[in-house]
This record gives sequence, C-alpha cells and structure tokens, in this order.
Amino acid sequence: MDTSSPASPANGSTAIAARNPRPGTVLRTLAAQKSLLGLLALMAVISVLSPHFLTTENLLIILRQTSINAIIAFGMTFVILTAGIDLSVGSILALTGAVCAALIGANFSLPIVLIATLALGALLGAVSGLIVSVGRVQPFIATLVAMTVLRGATLVFTAGRPIDAGEGAAADAFWHIGGGYLFGVPVPVILTGVVFLICWFVLSQMRFGRYVYAVGGSEQVARLAGIDTGRIKVAVYAISGLLAALAGIVLTARLQSAQPTAGTSYELDAIAAVVVGGTSLMGGRGTLFGTLVGALIIGVLNNALNLLDVSSYYQMIAKGAVILLAVLVDSRGKATN
Amino acid sequence: MTKVLLELRNISKTFGDVRVLDRVGLRARAGRVLGLVGENGAGKSTLMKIVSGIHRPDPGGEILLDGAPVAIASPRRAMDLGIGIIHQELNLLPGLSVAENIFLGREPRRTSGRIDWRAMRDAAAELLRSLKQDHIDPRLLVGRLGVGAQQMVEIARTLSQRAEVIIMDEPTDALTDVETKILFDVIRHLKSDGKAIIYISHRLGEIFAECDDVAVLRDGRLVHEGLVADLTEGQLIHQMVGRAITDQYPYEAQPAGPVRLEVRNLVAPGVAGVSFTAHAGEVVGFAGLMGAGRTELARAIYGANRLRSGSVLVDGKACRLRRPRDGVRAGIAYVTEDRKSDGLIQPHAIRTNMALSALPALSPGGMVRRAGERAVVADYMRRFAVKAPDMEAEVRTLSGGNQQKVSLAKSLLTQPKVVILDEPTRGVDVGARREIYTLINEMKARGMCILLISSDMPELLGMSDRILVLSRGRVTGAFARDQASQHAIMERAVA
Repeated sequence: MDTSSPASPANGSTAIAARNPRPGTVLRTLAAQKSLLGLLALMAVISVLSPHFLTTENLLIILRQTSINAIIAFGMTFVILTAGIDLSVGSILALTGAVCAALIGANFSLPIVLIATLALGALLGAVSGLIVSVGRVQPFIATLVAMTVLRGATLVFTAGRPIDAGEGAAADAFWHIGGGYLFGVPVPVILTGVVFLICWFVLSQMRFGRYVYAVGGSEQVARLAGIDTGRIKVAVYAISGLLAALAGIVLTARLQSAQPTAGTSYELDAIAAVVVGGTSLMGGRGTLFGTLVGALIIGVLNNALNLLDVSSYYQMIAKGAVILLAVLVDSRGKATN
Repeated sequence: MTKVLLELRNISKTFGDVRVLDRVGLRARAGRVLGLVGENGAGKSTLMKIVSGIHRPDPGGEILLDGAPVAIASPRRAMDLGIGIIHQELNLLPGLSVAENIFLGREPRRTSGRIDWRAMRDAAAELLRSLKQDHIDPRLLVGRLGVGAQQMVEIARTLSQRAEVIIMDEPTDALTDVETKILFDVIRHLKSDGKAIIYISHRLGEIFAECDDVAVLRDGRLVHEGLVADLTEGQLIHQMVGRAITDQYPYEAQPAGPVRLEVRNLVAPGVAGVSFTAHAGEVVGFAGLMGAGRTELARAIYGANRLRSGSVLVDGKACRLRRPRDGVRAGIAYVTEDRKSDGLIQPHAIRTNMALSALPALSPGGMVRRAGERAVVADYMRRFAVKAPDMEAEVRTLSGGNQQKVSLAKSLLTQPKVVILDEPTRGVDVGARREIYTLINEMKARGMCILLISSDMPELLGMSDRILVLSRGRVTGAFARDQASQHAIMERAVA
C-alpha cells in the first residue's frame, strides 16, 4: 500500500482543508503536510544524533537563522505563484541594506530609515515587475538583469567597502531589529511571524491573493476574467522586493554594518524553500505555510550539519540531496493523484 | 461477424471513492466502426484512457487483444501493441514538421545513427498519400496547418505505428464540414483495410452514418451494445440519458424588451464594420462559416480584441473597451469557445474558478467573504446541475459538459446584461446540452440579452429569436426566427 489513496488522507484533513482556502485545497494540504512530516522526521533523527539539538536555545537559534531566508522566501512565494521567479532578491537585500546603513549613519530617524528602505525595495521589485509585464521579458531574464545591475549598483554605492551602521543616533534602536529579544524571542523571529501572518492573510483571504493564484494558473483565463494581470505581476515583484529589503534591514541591523556582497545566492535558498514547501514553479499551486516549512527544513538542516561537525563542503551536498528528495516526494504525490 | 480485435471484460475504475467505470465490457471488431456514445462523464474518456495505457484498470478486469490477455502499462506499450488513439485535443508539436511529428521518437535512422531525413519524408508522404492527403507537404510545420489537416497528421502518425485498433475521440469537433467528409472517407478506407475503429462522438448523426456497432455508456456502465441499424436516434438518446428527450430545443418566446446592446460600425481584427442592436430578453444567433469573424466580433465586444473604430453601447451608454476588464464592468460576459485554454483554470477548484470574474462583488474591501462565496457557488452548482464531488474538485477532473456549466456560471455570476455564448454546446452531450438551453431561457427571462454563436445550425435555428449571418467580417444576412432556414442562412454565409 505505497500508493496513498487520495481519498482517505483527504477525509482526515478536512479541518485543515477548511482553513486553507487555496485552489485544490486537499492536494495542497497533503503536500504541505508531507513537507511538515519531513521536517518533523528530520528533527527526530537529528535529536537522536545530537543531544544539543532539541534545546530551547538551539531551536531559537535555528528560528533566528531561518528568519532572513523565510522572509525572502515569503516574497518569492508570491512571485512563483504567478509562474514567475525573482533572482534579484539577494542584490536588493544588499543594496537596500547598504542604503539603510548609510541612512542610519547619517543620523536619520529610525522610522524614516525603515520606511525609505522598504519603499526602495518595493520600488526596485516593481521595476522588475514592469519589465516582466509591460516589457514582456521572461521573469528569469528580467530578474537576472536586475540581480546583476543591482549588485553593481551596490558595489558603486558602497565603493566596495562595508558601510558601518554602528554610529548615528538611531544605531542602538536599529540594532534591536536584528539582535534584540522581545519576551525572550529574537526580534527577527517575531518579525518573520508577523510577516507570515500578513502574507498568509493576503494570499488566502484577500481578493488580491486569488488573483495571484489565477494569474499563475492561467494568465489567459485570468485576463479574460477581467483581471488586470499586469498590475498583479508588478505587485508580486514589488512585494518580493519589499520583503528582500526587510531581510536586508534585519541582516544589516544584526551585523551593524552592510556588506556589499551580502545576500549573494540568497535567491537560491529562497527558491529552494518555496519548492521544498510544495509550490509549483509552473505557478498557480502552492501555499505560504509550505514555504515556511521549506525554510525551516533548510534551516534545521544547516544547523544540524553544523552541530554534527559536517564540513561545509559536505553540507552543500547534503542540502542539495534534501531539496531533491523533498521535490521527488512532492511530485510523486501529484502523480498518484 | 468479423474477428474481435480488442475485447474488454469487466473493466472497472475507481478514483478515490468515485467509481467511474463499473464492470464494462466492449468488443471492437476488425473492419468495423464501433461508435461509443454516452453523456459527458459517462466514462468514455476514462475507458479509452485505460485502453491506451494512461490509466490502469482496477484489479479484476481484462483486456484481450486478438484473444490474448494483455497488460497495458503505459501509452508506449499501447502503441507497441497496435492500439492508436487520436485525442480530442491534438497532441502535435506545432514547431516541428509534419514528418517529424509523424515519426516523433521513432525517426528512421542511418547506420551511423543520424536521422535519415529523406526516408522519413518519403515515408510520411507515403502515409499521407494512403490517406488521400497528398496536398499536405511533409516538410511543412504543423503549426501552419489547419485543424483538419492536423487531424490527418495525427491519423497518419497512428497508422505509422501500425495500429490495428484506432480510437478517435470526438475527431470532428473542430473540423469544418469539408474536413469532416474527408475524415469519413479516411475512416471507410481504414475499415476496408481491416482495422478496428472506436469512434467517440456526441454527434449522433455521425454515429448513424459512419458506425456499424454502437455501445452506450451511462454513469460508468455499459447499458447497450448492438448494431447501429437496430436503433432509432430517439432510442439511442433514450439509452444515453436514461430518459426520453422529447424536444431538443426548448425555445420559449418572449416579448422583446428595450434595446440592451447596440454595436455601431465596429471594426476590429477580423471584423470589417458590423452594426446591430439586441434587446433585453432576446437571443441573437450568429451564423457563419469558420473564419467569418464571429469569435473575433465577440472578443471585440468584450474588450479582448482591440477596437479599431466604431462603438459599443450597453443600455444606451457607450463603453470604453480596451481590456476584458472593461467588458466585465460594462456588464458584458463572454463564455469562450475554448474553455480549456481561455475559460477555466484547469488545475484549480470549481469554487475559485466560478468566483473568479465576480470576485470584486464577493470581496468588498478586498477581503473575500468566504461564506458568501460558498453560498453563491453552491447555489449555481445546484441550479446548473454540475456533477462533481464538491466545489473543491479540480475543474480538470470534470467532464466537458460540466466544465462548460462552470464556465457559464462563472460568467453569469457577474450579473451581466449581455451574455455572449461562443459555441456553448461544443463537446457537450445531449443531456447537458438540454440543460444549457434551459439556462439560456432563464437568462432571457431575467432580461439579459444573449448573443449565441454556434456552428450547430439546428441549435441556432432552435434557440435564436433572430439570426445574423456573418461572412468575412460583415453582416451578410439577417433573419427573424420564423424566416430563417438552414438553406437561406448557408446562402448568406458563403456570400
């Protein structure tokens, strides 16, 4: 009985299905549960291998280390749901982080810095979105260009050197965003939770979210149904850019400085989280919850491999293998349906 | 009786809890055409997918080929066994040539391993000649052929696999009358060659004209098997739906209301200056041959194709139509002829598909009111008699007729004033057809104005209050209901 009957688990998960409003609810729930099961299994195995793993302290470390990738991956989920891809998030993170550090250093007040940085991220994303929707350039190419150009812009802006955010009037308050705790929980983790809830609400409860799924499901159908598909596309890239900027703020705050090479290859981790979470690169199918689980799987794995003293060379191999495994399990589930 | 080439015994298929096929048996004989009929959702396609190796039957069933039991584990295996299927949707690669498509994956090779292009072209030409299709150049890209010619390429491909059993799933749906005639010639030719042909069609006229045997599926069961000659059309319909359909076109006369839609001098891609008015509670039929500009006219009125000049007025108000969104807002709904690629998001749920166009109304302030959405969708599913496990079922799992109902419901949910139905019953069986006609009457009664585009002449004559004939992008004829006849319409359509 290896081929799971689609009916029996579906019945067992109606309660969850009712909460999850996505298209193809049952299937998606299954996929999300599968990656959740994977996460739990992974954690069980590691807790046997290392006594240091299942401690509150270590779990909080994992959450904090996962937060940046998770925040970026939430934005990536929007883009991938429209059958797009955003390769520029790492570069946006670097550029916005540098601008943020410079503004803090120039003694601007914290709220202004944060708003300006987030707005910059959204704007940069929106430009990619415009290139995709109005310019009709493939998302891969458009954001590859953005990735290259913005990395260059970051190097120009920083003159290739780190920008210190440790001075300035707001520096102390700023540091808390990356390194502080609230009720014993790292602030980045709380931020991740808040962003997750907002994104979940937008995707599953709002009209906009439906349109995101519709555009990815079939752009042609969406257009004929009266949806302004161009606007939706610009919006998802803007969201992705905005969240990349938020990740940039968190990283810069934590390190107290912005590195010109920050965020390099972060886009791949984010895409991996989305895919491991069961979202289809073809668009139209996937869940934000899956992405959260996907990001956690990658985070737990990184943490465990460190705990187990695996060399960083082997870590990359292991990570690749786990991503492949997750995707195989997921596509197997779809095939039997 | 000739030899039985393919025999199915006791074939059942269950998806989840749903039993789609229930102990079906079937025999296809050499040199005979077996018509397979049934309502949408009766299980025809599933049965054929089992025969062609896409689905596996439940344990207990048997497939015999030439009297020997076989297991058909994959489409490739079906091909090797000599079972060819021509799908409803053509499975050709438009960017490859005719010859490449015919021999895809089985290209003749030289000893060096390189493809022998000349041999391939010659073999393709030979196949096409055997189908009397010499005019199709094997070197042409398939994407440049018409649908009819593409169908011939599909058949040639099937023949090149030395298929003895050939399944055709609604092959004439996309064909013009001339192309259909050619197809029938080909079928007769295949018959005389001793092939067994399974012919699936909703067009009962074709079943009576072209088939020798007929098998009727209803709700996953075989309810009748026998000679076509032993049945009347009425009996066959009765077998299919399990009830007698007395009147195929339940037209209801109704006094026309005020002018709802006014189209003035419309010029758009494929439309060369069209003017007409349509009233509330009126069905205006659009007749015309393929390429006459009917779909183009519909798309222009809806805002999907750009207007070059002219205007469209709904309830006397001029509409700015640049995008489909403008059409939706102006109260115009368009039910597309191609529900697969334009109408519905196949992998999404019935609920989200149905609600898609009407989402602004269902989500005040941007938030989707889930309870309201469910209630509306449930209501439409009941009224339209959509056959599905529930509203979360993926649209692609539904039969053609049920998909069409979802597509229709999606458009009506926007509370339109003008509804354009483009080939609403294409690929839809008798029972669901009848339900769609009833819905048209309901829309009429609610004061909507309906533009009915159809290539099915009896349907057009049966349901329209008025018929406009289009030819080369212009209106070439207009008939009141009682003056219209097939002959008169055809005369204007070729004008």
